[in-house]
Amino acid sequence: MSAYSVTAPSRRSKLVAGALVLLYTVITLLPLLWIISTGFKTGPDSIAYPPKVFFSPSLEGYVNLFTSRTRATNEQLAEMPPPANWVDEIVRRRNEVITGPSRFGERFMNSVIIGFGSTFLSIFLGTLAAYAFSRFRVPLKDDLMFFILSTRMMPPIAVAIPIFLMFRGLGLSDTHLGMILLYTGVNISLAVWLLKGFIDEIPREYEEAALIDGYTRFQAFRKVVLPQAATGIASTAIFCLIFAWNEYAFAVLLTSGNAQTAPPFIPTIIGVGGQDWPAVAAGATLFLLPVMVFTILLRKHLLRGITFGAVRK
Amino acid sequence: MAEVVLSHLMKSFGPVAATQDVSMTVPDGAFVVLLGPSGAGKTTLLRLISGLDKPDAGSISIGGQDVARLTPAERNVAMVFQQYSLYPHLTVRQNLEFPLKSPVLRTPQAEIDSKVAKVAEVLRISHKLDNKATNLSGGEMQRVSIGRALVRNPSIYLMDEPLSSLDAKLRADLRIELKRIQSDLGATILYVTHDQIEAMTLATHVGVLDHGRLVQFGTPREIYESPLTLSVAQRLGQPRINALPANLFPGAPSGAATIALRPEHIRLGEGQEARVTRVERLGDQTRLHLRYQGHVLVTVADPQSRLEMGDAVAIRPENPLYFDPQGARIARKG
Repeated sequence: MSAYSVTAPSRRSKLVAGALVLLYTVITLLPLLWIISTGFKTGPDSIAYPPKVFFSPSLEGYVNLFTSRTRATNEQLAEMPPPANWVDEIVRRRNEVITGPSRFGERFMNSVIIGFGSTFLSIFLGTLAAYAFSRFRVPLKDDLMFFILSTRMMPPIAVAIPIFLMFRGLGLSDTHLGMILLYTGVNISLAVWLLKGFIDEIPREYEEAALIDGYTRFQAFRKVVLPQAATGIASTAIFCLIFAWNEYAFAVLLTSGNAQTAPPFIPTIIGVGGQDWPAVAAGATLFLLPVMVFTILLRKHLLRGITFGAVRK
Repeated sequence: MAEVVLSHLMKSFGPVAATQDVSMTVPDGAFVVLLGPSGAGKTTLLRLISGLDKPDAGSISIGGQDVARLTPAERNVAMVFQQYSLYPHLTVRQNLEFPLKSPVLRTPQAEIDSKVAKVAEVLRISHKLDNKATNLSGGEMQRVSIGRALVRNPSIYLMDEPLSSLDAKLRADLRIELKRIQSDLGATILYVTHDQIEAMTLATHVGVLDHGRLVQFGTPREIYESPLTLSVAQRLGQPRINALPANLFPGAPSGAATIALRPEHIRLGEGQEARVTRVERLGDQTRLHLRYQGHVLVTVADPQSRLEMGDAVAIRPENPLYFDPQGARIARKG
């Protein structure tokens, strides 16, 4: 159900509200726009002063992001066969040749695997736990719920050293599994608390009706509770993904060669032969995309009302 | 359809005894109405039979089988909740199909379609079948909720005030429909209501509950004419039975504390004088509010009665009911 105001807002208040929203949008989106545009600048354009708002776009940043290159002299370039494609062309214009792919693709995939993996695991375990806490008589329920919350009271990085040592002992350092477990561990308390709130809102009558209609409790959970908890699950999943996707400190500490995620990798692009801002901006732009797409895909669920109207209270 | 036997059922929620030693037999094909004030344990009894709650003691058998260890699904009961709990993420059709598609029934689609169509017809919701369950009015939701029970062929239908949220016209129609289903199909129904007309018209048997106890069980006529206690007497009758101190009128048997008078127990125009304090003209009857020796009585006069506020009218009890100080009935002398 949508809410209607009793009186329609006046023209003036509409204008003021519109202007404020526009101003806020500009302030919020400007840095984002700057990152995206920098990704399409050439090196000199990216550090030009005064900053260039209008420039001729280039894919240099993206090419640099995905390749490793080495310098070549004009003589060396002249001896080479003509450039095979547009990527070669861009590189050779700057007296460079491609020696192979960069590690960005790999790091990006690591982020996807670890981010979505831990989100899935947090939601899976969180939903089951939240359902149990919401519906069953669990001994010491309040204490357990508080214990779960308390795991988030300390900044996780405060236990970085013990975790580092534990991971080394268990052979989890620099593995996908280790990072998924770590991020799940951090996210699970948030997931249980948020999801319990959502499941508490779903009246028990629905499940009871399903039990009488011939379904087992688990079938009732799957067919009746889950569809109605979709809103809560979607928003919780977004929170979990955002944390796991953006996490930097543990990623720096615990990963290096194999399971390194994109956040610790992107800054290292700068170091290779001068400050390559377009490549960093290109990496940041691509890094933004999955969370954005995920959020947009789940938007329908986020906007939908949490409460439904079919049980008379 | 099956006979349901409750024997010495006990159920407490913390310190509150919701069901105390209830024994009752719902005969096969009977329409049993449970009456009682709020909190008397009517809903608890339905939940115990359905298996949603487990009794602390006592046993329930459906069709001769002890169901203590059976889940609600295995008991094959259908229930209409007081709060119409339609599945909000499904359409009306999917709601009606839901029980038929359960792993217990696994009905073939053709049979599902015909059953759903038939029930939708009866409940006049055919045109709403493809609506989302949340896009219905309260009355429509309740009809779908009843429909979800009617598509099945369970051992017993449990109904918890199913008609209470409907308007008068629809309630009257569905009352007739429920009665027809019960007599045509031989369905066994256990039905909770506050509504006297529902109790009197639908029931083959009435059980009156009070504080978790089954106070009286019998035909509607028996409950109305020979209530065992004052509280049972007060459950049926419009206007409500008048309970007055027994010594207000002559002729009370010894030990009587209360004289209880239904309108038909009050003869107008003879005996002691009372004062009319209010007249309610309802069309088919006229209700008189009388003041007699400081006590208020409500009775019924004929529709054409010319009595007005302030008039004096003589009243005399005729075959009244007497109750002792504990509220138990004292058999009429002679």
